Amino acid sequence: MSILAGKATKVLVQGITGTHGSFHTAKMLAYGTKVAGGVTPGKGGQSVHGVPVFNSVKDAVGATGADASVIYVPASYAVAAIREAGEAGIRLIVCITEGIPALDMARIKPWLGERKITLIGPNCPGIITPEECKIGIMPGYIHKRGSIGVVSRSGTLTYEAVWQLSALGLGQSTCVGIGGDPVVGTSFLDVLALFESDPATEAVVLIGEIGGSSEEEAAAFIEEKMSKPVVAFIAGSNAPPGKRMGHAGAIISGGAGKASDKVKRLEQAGVTVAQSPALIGQTMAKVYAARYEQKSRSRV
Amino acid sequence: MNIHEYQAKDLLRKYAIPVHPGRVARTPEEVYRAASELLGAGARLVAMKAQIHAGARGKGGGVKVLKSAEELRAAAVGLLGKNLVTPQTGPEGKPVHELLLEGTNGIEREYYASIVLDRSLAKPCLIVSEAGGMEIEEVAEEHPEKILKCHFSPEKGLEHAEAKAMAARLPLNAAQAEVISRIFEGLSRLFLELDASLVEINPLAIMNSGEVIAIDAKINFDDNALYRHPEIAALRDARQEDPRETEAKKFDLSYVGLDGNIGCVVNGAGLAMATMDIIKYAGGEPANFLDVGGGANKEKVTAAFKIILQDPKVKAILVNIFGGIMRCDVVAEGILAAVAEVGAKVPIVVRLEGTNVEEGKAILKNSSLNVISASGFAQAAEKVVGAL
Repeated sequence: MSILAGKATKVLVQGITGTHGSFHTAKMLAYGTKVAGGVTPGKGGQSVHGVPVFNSVKDAVGATGADASVIYVPASYAVAAIREAGEAGIRLIVCITEGIPALDMARIKPWLGERKITLIGPNCPGIITPEECKIGIMPGYIHKRGSIGVVSRSGTLTYEAVWQLSALGLGQSTCVGIGGDPVVGTSFLDVLALFESDPATEAVVLIGEIGGSSEEEAAAFIEEKMSKPVVAFIAGSNAPPGKRMGHAGAIISGGAGKASDKVKRLEQAGVTVAQSPALIGQTMAKVYAARYEQKSRSRV
Repeated sequence: MNIHEYQAKDLLRKYAIPVHPGRVARTPEEVYRAASELLGAGARLVAMKAQIHAGARGKGGGVKVLKSAEELRAAAVGLLGKNLVTPQTGPEGKPVHELLLEGTNGIEREYYASIVLDRSLAKPCLIVSEAGGMEIEEVAEEHPEKILKCHFSPEKGLEHAEAKAMAARLPLNAAQAEVISRIFEGLSRLFLELDASLVEINPLAIMNSGEVIAIDAKINFDDNALYRHPEIAALRDARQEDPRETEAKKFDLSYVGLDGNIGCVVNGAGLAMATMDIIKYAGGEPANFLDVGGGANKEKVTAAFKIILQDPKVKAILVNIFGGIMRCDVVAEGILAAVAEVGAKVPIVVRLEGTNVEEGKAILKNSSLNVISASGFAQAAEKVVGAL
């Protein structure tokens, strides 16, 4: 078990003939992901790494029965690609694309909600359920199958955290990169709820950063609804106010969105916050041991 | 992207939001002429405001309210071509190239109005307050009850009924409430049509004459949407930006200058922020935030290195790459190309992990370049702090 994606997930690649689309299709295939088809308008009939290319998502879904899609198309076409996937019946859409205007996301979000479509991203690395299914751009080999859920606003910092976990023997149930934009399809809260009800997940690593209040909302959820332990790291303690730190959503504005406030709120909610980004794995190892090894001892 | 107050007011005019007729002056003589015109047209006083991309200008001496063209010209000499330091600019300040002059008569009452995108609800939000003329953060802190909010649909915009209901919550007479509700609707149209991330009028004033005027205006735009607003992109004033940031932008790199001495080259914004954090944790001070991006090529990595190597404050460099889209071999080639071009007089610590990591490490190892390689995040930070 896992969340969102697993062995049975059949994935379409929107923008498969582009440089990134093609490169990552090869990597996803090598990882064992069932890449059922690709979509590039006007290039139907071709194939990329043996994957058939279709002119539309509708054609691709009709021919392959795919139930998920990953989007690698440029920002100015990405929202249309999301809509096309949703209209064709795809219920899990992972949008890797960076640079989508925030208001475009605000406009499409209610449409996605009405149709119960899960959008991961945009501006994210994707989702991976180790040894089952990789939908996105993360390097597969750093992951290890296990029981730690990982959810993050970052890409490469997530790889760092996963690397630390795997090195300590802490495998992952599923890792979800929710994206670094101000408006994303799926929030920390949504993913935490999925992890809480997933029997394969025993503990969760949450990686947040400056800007917005999604970590504070996550803290409120953890406090009220979560039984599983959560370890967090918040990036950007040393970021100057008013400056956008790479991600469109990573900005302290008007004194709001500071790392220190997020850390404080998470700690209040019972989350163990790692003080250094190099200590995410070790912090989880301690928290995990305290919760589960004690329990197994008490059973004996 | 930020724009100047006078540019923001030009946009407000287009959306029928009343502002004072203003004059932009770039020399003391232009100030003299503009002031004479405004005084000749019946203004009792002229407000002259330094045009910089930062607030709290009054506290930094960037706003002068005077009654003669001579005094204004003399004051302009003290502002033009100099850096203005305000509580929001940082110690080096921002350069003043333009002054906005406006005739001003008495203000009876000041209000506040802004629109931002509420990220959690994914909806724009109109924020108004009867406590205008103060920093809104202070109002939020001291009188949260005086801040009124109305979320509205990003498809439909603020509807007339919503605008009227918000105006009705302010202490206004019926005629003023009608004018102000139209202003709220204009702000909503501007925000949505131009892909703003913030529009703020503070203060929105009722003048002694009864007129409603936007006295100050601030507009920020969503950088991701500039591609479809070339007329807005053209308003950019690169002189207000850190020249290193401007240079970085040319290569689509995300750079923010800081005060420390350890230069950072990182891929991914989260990891770049975390790299700053870990340098600090290890006892060092980062000189910059630099995200070379996901799809970086050799040219981008080279450009990143050059920007950092040209910063005289930088005494050591930490390269921290975790390859996803980015391939470690590309980074390694970029480092070699940059050093070949500009030379490296400071120690370079390199930590590579992820896609094509072995190829990347081999490229560095087989080069004559003297890089200190680190395995692991914490070790990289310790080594670079130790190399100072």
